[in-house]
Amino acid sequence: MTLLQTDARGLRRRMLLAGIAAGALARPAVLRAQGSPIRIGEINSYTAQPAFLGPYRNGWLLAQEQVNAAGGIGGRPLETVFRDDAGRPEDAVRLAGELLNAERVALLAGGYLSNVGLALADFARQNKRLYAASEPLTDALVWSRGNRYTFRLRPSTYMQAAMLVEEAARLPAKRWATVAPNYEYGQSAVKWFRELLKAKRPDVEFVGEQFPALGRIDAGATVQALERMKPEGIFNVTFATDLLNFVRQGNTRGLFECRAVASMLSGEPEYLEPLGEECPDGWIVTGYPRDDLDNPTHTALRDAYRAKYNELPRCGSIVGYDTVQAIAAMLRKANSTETEAMVEAFKGIRYQTGYGTGEVEFRALDHQATLGAFVGRTKLEGRRGRMVDWRYADGANYLPGDEQVRAWRPQE
Amino acid sequence: MEALAVQALAGLASASSLFLVASGLTVIFGVSRIVNFAHGSLYMLGAYLAWTFVSHGPLAELGGFWGFWGGVLLAALCVGALGAALEMTVLRRIYHAPELFQLLATFALVLIVQDVALLLWGADDKFGPRAPLLRGAVEILGLRFPRYELFLIAVGPVVLGLLWLLFHRTRFGILLRAATQDREMVSALGVDQRLLFTAVFFLGAALAGLGGALQLPREAVTLHMDMAIIVEAFVVVVIGGLGSLPGAFLAALLIGELHAFGILVFPRITLVLVFLVMAVVLVLRPHGLLGAPPGAPPASEQAPPLPRPLPRGLRLATLGALAALLLAAPFLGDYPLILLADFAVFILFAASLHLIMGPGGMASFGHAAYFGAGAYAAGLLLRHLAAPMEMGLLLAPFAAGLVGLLFGWFCVRLSGVYAAMLTLAFAQIAWSVAFQWVEVTGGDNGLLGIWPSDWARGKLAFFYLSAALCGLGVWLLRRAIHAPFGLALRAQRDSALRAEAIGIDAFRIRWLAFAYAAAFAGLAGALFAFGKGSVFPTYLAIPRSVDALLMVLLGGVQTVSGPILGAIAYAGLQEQLARVTELWRLLLGLVILALVLFFPRGLAGALAQWGEKRA
Repeated sequence: MTLLQTDARGLRRRMLLAGIAAGALARPAVLRAQGSPIRIGEINSYTAQPAFLGPYRNGWLLAQEQVNAAGGIGGRPLETVFRDDAGRPEDAVRLAGELLNAERVALLAGGYLSNVGLALADFARQNKRLYAASEPLTDALVWSRGNRYTFRLRPSTYMQAAMLVEEAARLPAKRWATVAPNYEYGQSAVKWFRELLKAKRPDVEFVGEQFPALGRIDAGATVQALERMKPEGIFNVTFATDLLNFVRQGNTRGLFECRAVASMLSGEPEYLEPLGEECPDGWIVTGYPRDDLDNPTHTALRDAYRAKYNELPRCGSIVGYDTVQAIAAMLRKANSTETEAMVEAFKGIRYQTGYGTGEVEFRALDHQATLGAFVGRTKLEGRRGRMVDWRYADGANYLPGDEQVRAWRPQE
Repeated sequence: MEALAVQALAGLASASSLFLVASGLTVIFGVSRIVNFAHGSLYMLGAYLAWTFVSHGPLAELGGFWGFWGGVLLAALCVGALGAALEMTVLRRIYHAPELFQLLATFALVLIVQDVALLLWGADDKFGPRAPLLRGAVEILGLRFPRYELFLIAVGPVVLGLLWLLFHRTRFGILLRAATQDREMVSALGVDQRLLFTAVFFLGAALAGLGGALQLPREAVTLHMDMAIIVEAFVVVVIGGLGSLPGAFLAALLIGELHAFGILVFPRITLVLVFLVMAVVLVLRPHGLLGAPPGAPPASEQAPPLPRPLPRGLRLATLGALAALLLAAPFLGDYPLILLADFAVFILFAASLHLIMGPGGMASFGHAAYFGAGAYAAGLLLRHLAAPMEMGLLLAPFAAGLVGLLFGWFCVRLSGVYAAMLTLAFAQIAWSVAFQWVEVTGGDNGLLGIWPSDWARGKLAFFYLSAALCGLGVWLLRRAIHAPFGLALRAQRDSALRAEAIGIDAFRIRWLAFAYAAAFAGLAGALFAFGKGSVFPTYLAIPRSVDALLMVLLGGVQTVSGPILGAIAYAGLQEQLARVTELWRLLLGLVILALVLFFPRGLAGALAQWGEKRA
């Protein structure tokens, strides 16, 4: 599968005039003929985070194919130019310039890491172009650094933490310890979990915290350090490799026995599947119970995805799929690819999520989508883990009050 | 108290793993003087191969004890064979290239292995099985401790012992030690060096592979293992003293325990603790804990010739191209202008590093610190004092220069890889300040909204601004090289003793050159910040330092125009390849490898040679 989905003209141009001179010939196509594609520029950390962004791009392409098969946007097909920022925000900004100026895309989308998302959002504000953020979780993207041109799909750190707090507050555990990767996502997840849980349960105390470096956890020592704190509950924010190593060492040393664990994102197939038979029992997690989520929309999506890629979708696939659906809905309403028209159309737009749980709205208030997540418990069945006792937590119910949001978000 | 004892045990287990990797690195460096950047990739391959052998294929069907341990040993041997093959096909051809040039080749291998591993094993993390006989945990002082970690604790000293026997009780080991001390003499005595070097690579790579394979029951196998281990392994090797096995063991213990206890006391800054310790060790002991100061440089390391100006025809062609570019700029369109402004910044950045590396004769693995210092200076001035872009661009070089004066004062006292690693330590400390001091620097989310003043917002205006400032910077750097200051700098590089005899204060010259270079890196950083509209800790992270190093090496260290060509070639290749294919790392690695093999004097060196031939 190729990373680039460009038209033949663009490709030939690049091959003939490899180099910077290429852009010189790319004069703006002022008037596009009816039926010419609407181009989306998508930037993500494909080489840095392949495990999550491979399925994401698959979901994206599936949705694009479906939209185009249904006649596109008023007869115009969607077309996406993918770019790899290799995890560097400064590269993402350069690529954003390339996509807008050389590839002539109508809008930008993507972003996985929070700092990449924020850099793109600031670029969008500065250049007055639309940016549809799909993956980045940071609260700053729509609140403290929110801007007119940026919209975000996924439930944010705050929302995910709020979903877990609701469950954690019902537990008898009073002494909590936290472990989170040492960067903005980990830090703010811990901050919100503490604040929101304290508000619901004033009798709870936090007895210690661990902040291993992202991707570099010294799992044995971290587990030992948590054990020393003798907590009754553990709030975990580590994911991917860190999560695997943390769980294996924790299992060996019995850290999770007789303790409640609330864990961000760990129910997503991305993180649950590699755990295999190490999957711990009874963790409260946010995630995506792909195999048991049977409703007409989701089943059809799952089947279509499996037919196309010969594997099952992951949470990232749904995020990619939903981003395209949201953009398509917005474009239909805007009936234009002028940025201001698209921004106005995006506010309050509703679309059907691939989860099959109904409509999701991009709030006009802060440009955050009300897409939710599933909250449930992990269970080891046979040699693999799955989510059980889950329910869909609608994102709209886990956002702070409007007044609070207005206070956080710069008013323009 | 009990908990602390168990914490110490956890540290010992990490130390053992670290020692295995570091021992291979230090053996390879000791004999071949190659800074093997690809050592982490060999470690990663060891882990992946072991995972494959243990869970797929005939050994996996065998299962049980031999299925696992046979797989681990087989993986180590395979990686060893791969290391030997790399030595024979690639590195052997470039032993006579300038110092550190081999680093370029090994970095190309890193890029290639990253994509090959992704293609072979896919993107998902792999979990290996637990080790037979060593599953589960034992109770120590009332706390559970994994059996496998106990086994690992024993592995370190055992390997150290075996290596000691190999080095002191076998003929091969004696030859290796002799080669470590004086390569030329060993060769003069009729020892087949090629065989020796190939064997050393086999040994070093096998140790790395074993280190990776032994992680299987302990950690997930991932595509990020290579980068995670390589820096730490270098730190261990340097703290211990290059080429010293007992030193590496001691340093591994130190680092392992530091991690284990560091997270109890400073849970947020474990990574930088390592670099703080390395800085302290190197400042107090310039050759590591157990390293010996190098003797007089061997006769083969002749002083490189003075860089000559480009042949007349080439110079005219270059100036013509530059003039044409400046005249054509208004017609280029926005994206090429963005790209050209980036190139200008990279050229200045590489040229500033070149002053330290070429005429200065010092390597720096942490040049990004000054790039970042300039960027943060401009960004912080704008964010907290609302200083306009002009002020930022004016003050950034001074800020970076001051940081250079401070760090340089420690770094320029050291030599060779030690100095380079000390610059890396300071760069990492600077990085962690930018990363952790969230209130001021914004942490990893960075400083946003650092856009140029209104008049420079257009892409064309900003390109001209970048071109002018970077042109000025490069010109000033070249002036310094040809001025008496530059001659003194070269004199102390070529012969410190003679230079001092004629009254050159080598330390002061090096120190000033370091700060001067830092100032221009800072200017480049500030321009880059305004070009991107933001500043992030990645500006001072290791990959950016490596980028600068690669640009200088690719262009050719001993030429004045090298960094310019190198910057354009490296940044241009990366940009073009990333647009064309998903496998850009593989292609970039292959291209760099080809350039290294065909142009061992760097691009500019090859160009000058070609010009001379024609003249």
